[in-house]
Order: sequence, then C-alpha cells, then structure tokens
Amino acid sequence: MSIAPDTDLQENSVVTNAPTFEEAIAFIWAEADMLDRLDYKPWLKLWTQTGKYIIPVDRDADYVDALNIVYDDQEMREARAKRLLSGFSMSSAPPARTVRTVSRFVIEAQDESSITLRGAQMLAEYKYEHMRFLPADMRYHIVRAADGSLLFDEKVVTLINADDFQFGIGYLL
Amino acid sequence: MNITDFAALVQDDRVHTALYKDPAIFEEEMDRIFNNTWVWVAHASDVPAKNTFKTSWVGRQPVIVTRDRENKVHVLLNRCRHRAASVCEKKKGKASVFVCPYHGWSYDVDGKLRKVPHAKGYEEAFDTAQFPLISLRVEEYNGLIFATFKQDIEPLADFLGSAKKWIDLFMKQGAGFGVRTLGEHKFRFPGNWKIQLENTTDAYHFPIVHKTFLDSLDAETENVFDVLGQGGWVEDLGNGHSVMVMIPDLIDLEDNLDAPIPDRFADLAKELAAEGYPDDQVRRIVRAVGGSGFNLNLFPNVACSMAFFRVLRPVAVDETEITHVAIGMDGGPAAGNRARLRLHEHFQGPMGFGTPDDAEGWERVQRGARAGDDLWIMLNRGVDAPDGVAEAGHNAGDVSAETGMRAAYQMWKRMMSA
Repeated sequence: MSIAPDTDLQENSVVTNAPTFEEAIAFIWAEADMLDRLDYKPWLKLWTQTGKYIIPVDRDADYVDALNIVYDDQEMREARAKRLLSGFSMSSAPPARTVRTVSRFVIEAQDESSITLRGAQMLAEYKYEHMRFLPADMRYHIVRAADGSLLFDEKVVTLINADDFQFGIGYLL
Repeated sequence: MNITDFAALVQDDRVHTALYKDPAIFEEEMDRIFNNTWVWVAHASDVPAKNTFKTSWVGRQPVIVTRDRENKVHVLLNRCRHRAASVCEKKKGKASVFVCPYHGWSYDVDGKLRKVPHAKGYEEAFDTAQFPLISLRVEEYNGLIFATFKQDIEPLADFLGSAKKWIDLFMKQGAGFGVRTLGEHKFRFPGNWKIQLENTTDAYHFPIVHKTFLDSLDAETENVFDVLGQGGWVEDLGNGHSVMVMIPDLIDLEDNLDAPIPDRFADLAKELAAEGYPDDQVRRIVRAVGGSGFNLNLFPNVACSMAFFRVLRPVAVDETEITHVAIGMDGGPAAGNRARLRLHEHFQGPMGFGTPDDAEGWERVQRGARAGDDLWIMLNRGVDAPDGVAEAGHNAGDVSAETGMRAAYQMWKRMMSA
C-alpha cells in the first residue's frame, strides 16, 4: 500500500503536536510536586483560561448542575491560591503536610492537540497528631498551548469517599 | 463537683468545660436530649414521591425516612426485628419494600413486616404484626421533617414556637417555586457537638475566622457580609432556639424588590431575562438566590443558615459530623440553581473558603479544652438589648452577643436536669 507524501507529513505533524503519554505524565508529576510544596503561584499558570478544576461529591454527576466540593474556574483558582497563601486562613496556616504520588495512568483519548488520561492519586496528610489518607481517582484533560507547553483544561479529583464525610482540607488536591 | 449534677454545670453566663469532654455526659445527652425531643431528619424534597426514602439519624440511632403510597412520611429504625441487621444502606432512592439481606424478612415502607421466609419454622402463634420496624413519631413544618422517640411530646408546632416565623421567612428562598435540596457536603471535626451548635449564632468570630472568605469577594458583596456593622441582632426564641440576624436588609426576600440588582448577580439577571422571565420575577429570583440574611438555630440539631440547612450529628464526645445541605428552587430556572450551587461551594464544604476554617476553630476548642480541669467556657458577651428589633418580651442582644448560646444551654440544662 502506498501513502501519498503529504499524508505522511500530516501524520508526522500530528504525532509532533499531540502531547505524548510520557510528556503528560511528567507534567502531572511536576504538578504533584508543586502542590506538596504549596507552590501555588506557578500552579495557576498550568491552566487554560477556560480550564476547570473539579472535586465532585457524586461520582457520576453532571458536574455543572451538581453540588461539588470544588468547581473552580480561573477566577476561583486565583482566589483559592490567594486564600491558602494569605496566612489568615486558620485551616491552612499552618498548613497540613502532604505527600502524594500519582500513578496507574491509562490513556482515555488522544487527538492532535490534547490527551485525556485517568490515573490514581495517593495522598497522605499530617497535622496535629492526625495522619489522614485521601486516595482518589484522577482524570486529566491536557492540551498543548501555542508556545508548545502543556496545560490542564480539566482536572477531576474523585476522592475514594467523595460521597461520604471528609475532614476540613486546607490545601489543594 | 458531682458530675451528675448537670444543672450546676450551666450558669447564666458560662458553662463548664466538662460539657465538651466527659464521655458520661455525652451518653446522658443522647438519652435525655436526642432520644427525648424533636430531631430534624429530612427535608420533604428528600422524599419527593411515593415509595422514596432517605436514611438519616436521630442522635446515634440510624433511621430510614420513607414516604408511603398515601404520601404519609414515616421514620423507622434501620434494624431488622429478627437479628438487627440494617435493612437499608443507601443514602436515598426509591423502594416499595425493604428486605433484610441476612434472612430475608421484608417490610413495607410504613414499617409493617410483610413476610418472613420459611414461615412454618416458627410456632403457629407467630404474628407478623408483632414485629414491624420500630416507628418514631413524625411531624412536619413547612417542609422540615422532625421525628422523636417520645410519643407524648408536645406537637412540633408548639416546640418550634417563635421559630416558625423565621422558618417561613427562610423558605421564601423558593422565590415562588418550591424549595428543594440540591446536594450536600458532609464533614467531621474532632470535637464536641455543642461547639458547632454555638457557632451558628456566633457572629463575633465571622470577620476574624472568615477574613479570607471576605477578601475573596467584590467590594459590594464584602459590604453585605460586614455582619457586625449592619445593626443586626441575636434573639432567644425559646426552647433553645435562636435567630441571628446578620443582614437586616435580607430578612424578608419579598421586600425591596425595586432595589438595584447587585453586580455579582448582573449576569444571572440577564440570563433569566433572556429566558423570558418578566422583570419582577427576575428580581425575586435574584434576591432569593443570594439567600436570607439570618441564621436560625433549632435546638438540638439543625439550622436554617443563609442558603442551606446545617445538620449536626453527635458521633462521640469528641467527634461530630456536619452536613451542609444546599437548597434551591424546585421547578425554578436551572441558571438560578446553578448560581446557588457555586455560591455554596464558595463558602461551604470540606474545601470551601469558610467551612475548613470553622472546623479548625472547633477542633482547636476541643484541643484547648484538655487544659484546666475546672475552667469554664465564657458566654457572657452582649447582655444589653439592641434597639427595638427583637420581638417584644424576647431576650435579645446585638449581633455579636452570645444570647443564642445562652438560650441553647438553658434548654440543655432544662432537659438534662428534668
């Protein structure tokens, strides 16, 4: 079977522009490291302007018309980062210490400019004699920006006990 | 001090720290208060149709709230009469029968024992009528469903008394539609239930604990939430109930409908107008979406607070579960309910801009209460009556007064020493 040269070229350029699995994972790991270090200002720049950061209550909800733990657009992410870094929020000053790992990645979809992954996050929290554990299913929609960098267009953190009780959480998931 | 002399632990302006940390007192509270008065279990919209149910709690006892084929609401202990297995472990749903998964005893939604498998193994005199799910007494006021173990208690309407007026005002958030629950956040804190009970009518903490919430608002909205500076008040409504008016302008959501629409709701107003709602209805909906300007605390376990129900469940002497139930319009515009959901997420829940700081404060009270074996919790703020706003004859103080807490503890004292 022969392939026309221009089709070949087009396919090559698709492969070049699509975020690869490895790039996406490195991006997610860099974010996890940022969040454990409370490095929220650069974190704000990891998002598209229309990106949504969602922590649902119900596993299968239509998030926009359901009550969520978090449903943040850019403005709310900025307000949240400001609050957590302000020093005036009792629940985040001092903050709990967190250690998280993200793994068990599977590609859900991929096109010329984006990749959708699901994964697992294991997060341990320590504060005031309490050790807490917040495992979650993760879903990321990651896009390639014009300058070639990667950005989150959607990140959904579904806690293993999303529809049950939580404790106050004074950091980002 | 004799620990069983409960009356001695509550004075007019202070309560003993033992109330937060003595497990024996906690046990007595479950018996003398939670098993002995009207306890909130659900909103009517949680069981919207025949054969719908919701699981809930009365004190430490799990119950199922059901609606039968005649639309009557029942509150049933969630344990099979055979060997005590729970018969329902779902949060809510639809069911025309509850079947115990252990040996298959099945119950109607009104609690009647319908059938037992292999009935001939029982003696002939075995009478299914003797073994229904245990029913509590149930009454409803304006959509709020309460249950009690105490069959001879006063009617719910009498127990609520002066609080009824405030419940009616609160339900104006339906904006002419019904009120329905939209979803809930649940969280726990390692502390005693009364620490949260105190918080609902405590405006004194608001500008301090919620500084970062206030900082996240536009200037116009921040002014609205300047709760100490608007001439509000706290009023003892009797039977342990109290109301804290933070924003007097938002007591009656059907007043001032000609006022300019706040900037934060301008887009919503445009969207509603584009959907074809006439101007007066748009104004009514927008004003309702912002919520009421008061917190109504109903002793012992529920509050109608601004735009949500706040339900407390005592788990242990030093563990409490809180549920914040978002409410909205039943049959109203989706855009209005969406706006309410986003407002709720902004302040409430385990990652809201307000709730985690409240929870941290309550935990710090419990941690600090370990210090000092014979110290008191002070509730002596604000004994001067505010200017002419509370109902005549009612005990009231300015918005930052601890009047609501004193009211709750006087009820605690009455019930614990009865």
